[in-house]
Amino acid sequence: MALETQTAPPKVRLDPVRWMRDNLFSSWANSILTIVAVVLLYSIVQPASRWIFTQADWTVVVANLKLLMVGQYPLDQVWRVWLSLLLTMAMLGVSKGVWSKVVGNVGPAYVLGLTLLAVLPFPLYGLTNRLWLAAGAAVLIGGWWLGRRYGASPTFRNGVSWAWVLLLPLVLLLLRGIEPLLPVIPTRAWGGLLLTFVLAITTIVFSFPIGVLLAVGRRSSLPAVSIFSTIYIEVFRGVPLVTVLFMFLIMLPLFVPGSESTDNIIRAIVGFTLFTAAYIAENVRGGLQSIPKGQFEAAKAVGLNPFLTMVLIILPQALRIVIPSNVSQYVSLYKDTALVVVAGGGMLELLGISRNIANQPEFLGKFIEALVFAGVLYWIFAFSMSYIARRLEAEMGVSKR
Amino acid sequence: MMQPQTQGDIIVCRDVCKWYGQFQALKDVSMSARRGEVIVIFGPSGSGKSTFIRCINRLEEHQSGQIIVDGIELSNDVRNIDAIRSEVGMVFQQFNLFPHLTVLDNIALAPKWVRRKPRAEAEQTAMELLKRVGIETQAHKFPGQLSGGQQQRVAIARALAMQPRIMLFDEPTSALDPEMIKEVLDVMIELAKSGMTMLVVTHEMGFAREVADRLVFFDHGQIVEQGTPEQIFTNPQEERTKRFLAQIL
Ligand SMILES: Nc1ncnc2c1ncn2[C@@H]1O[C@H](COP(=O)(O)OP(=O)(O)OP(=O)(O)O)[C@@H](O)[C@H]1O
Ligand SMILES: [Mg+2]
Repeated sequence: MALETQTAPPKVRLDPVRWMRDNLFSSWANSILTIVAVVLLYSIVQPASRWIFTQADWTVVVANLKLLMVGQYPLDQVWRVWLSLLLTMAMLGVSKGVWSKVVGNVGPAYVLGLTLLAVLPFPLYGLTNRLWLAAGAAVLIGGWWLGRRYGASPTFRNGVSWAWVLLLPLVLLLLRGIEPLLPVIPTRAWGGLLLTFVLAITTIVFSFPIGVLLAVGRRSSLPAVSIFSTIYIEVFRGVPLVTVLFMFLIMLPLFVPGSESTDNIIRAIVGFTLFTAAYIAENVRGGLQSIPKGQFEAAKAVGLNPFLTMVLIILPQALRIVIPSNVSQYVSLYKDTALVVVAGGGMLELLGISRNIANQPEFLGKFIEALVFAGVLYWIFAFSMSYIARRLEAEMGVSKR
Repeated sequence: MMQPQTQGDIIVCRDVCKWYGQFQALKDVSMSARRGEVIVIFGPSGSGKSTFIRCINRLEEHQSGQIIVDGIELSNDVRNIDAIRSEVGMVFQQFNLFPHLTVLDNIALAPKWVRRKPRAEAEQTAMELLKRVGIETQAHKFPGQLSGGQQQRVAIARALAMQPRIMLFDEPTSALDPEMIKEVLDVMIELAKSGMTMLVVTHEMGFAREVADRLVFFDHGQIVEQGTPEQIFTNPQEERTKRFLAQIL
């Protein structure tokens, strides 16, 4: 690269030939790498797209779409799932309006995705579902507008934060039902993507505070607290997740009398939460260690007690630093929810259903199509999560400059 | 001196000793400060200057001897520690601002949470302090967006926000580029002239000459010599003081 002294930044040129010469063919080695990459890409994309468009038999997905999405959730109650989606999209829209840079392209991408699904002539679903999808896009846009309009007000922003906190319990209540207003749908019937989400999101929400407490506890000057935290963290990090799930799903009733009646989903969530919390704790501990001693001293010197020092000065900085590692933990958790199938307990989340479908007589061997479909769904949300996390990190990094 | 000396000593140290493991960092340090007095502490690196002033707000614990700040003796009694820390402001060499908070929040935080002041009042006071140190236009920036001199002035304002009776400065200008030293010293000079009791570790002898009531020379964990700037600069009694002054002047 040439070192030039310039007084103004160079103008951006939209010249594709020049761009390619500068970026793809700037040297011999670079040109060879470019060609190799193109060949590789082609040799993957070409057969993959041939398979997707000509060989694959997507009827297996079409016929089982409802099963893949919500499992055995009663068809006449599926509107509750749709309503939950709508609430979430509305919140996403409002957040896009308020924290535009953090949500970034996830907002428009979801609007586009929902709209395409609503209008494209896939033979997958009927008019009602198309209307729900369109409504999803509409509330997202509506929320976006609302967020932009009132986003400047701190009260409104606080309200949005609280609404996110309330969203999960509200959605869970809506999905499960409450007599006599809404018929209760036993969690046995929840499945597919819905179950994956419920497991993952609930675990994320609960494991975060527990993990933070454990991390702080591990540094505590009270021996009882720090020893407990250390043992907890090391035990859960030393045991495979499947084992933890197995313990909570199958063996819990053997140890805790009366726990037979506890919902399987709740047991699985407890298992996931306790496991994930240990990893979050370890991440957060790393963040806490990276805060310079001067911060503790400055906090002491202005008269903050140890509790306020932790809450106002140390944790806000430490938690920012560990956003990337925490989010990658959450992304792997989201995918690992598939392990509930292995651990038993009869729950069929997205992956479990995809595998089950392959046992249906009319779709014997049509296993790959269902798996690919499930894979795409996993990817969409895992990618959204890490995308937003990266934006959040960049946005918060402003104060660190 | 703005205040009459009869008000007595606001800081009294008697035979203060401090060890780090086997290493004795302070050896029988005895010193006192009157209300409104400005004391400059200087001496070679590792002589215990930082250790000494950090003992005064109990960032370090002394192991024997007595430290009495505004009538309260420093001990392991937690209530005392809180009482002392709110009497004593401290400014560090490395500023130690809170990087995740705006300049205004850095200053208003402790008044809000420790003194329980209403938000509006705390922020108004913070603004006034920012004006006093000459950077009210930077109130909504983050510390990382300011120059070193500006950061150190924010740090001074942050300490002043707790309305301390004593201010401790540990080499407040040694991490600064030369052109920023003056802006910080000017703030400190103004503060000294307003009657604040100040203990300042510094080698800025111009500052010492202008506002110090007393200079204290530390070496090897001991006070070697103390006196007015006049006495120390023109007629030092100890050989070590002379040698050290010859190096830095
Ligand atoms: N936490 C600590 N553990 C062990 N030794 C320490 C510690 N802090 C300081 N010391 C030692 O105590 C002595 C006095 O240190 P102090 O920081 O008070 O010196 P100083 O006069 O402020 O020097 P400087 O001008 O370099 O800041 C030094 O020899 C130092 O190595
Ligand atoms: Mg020092």
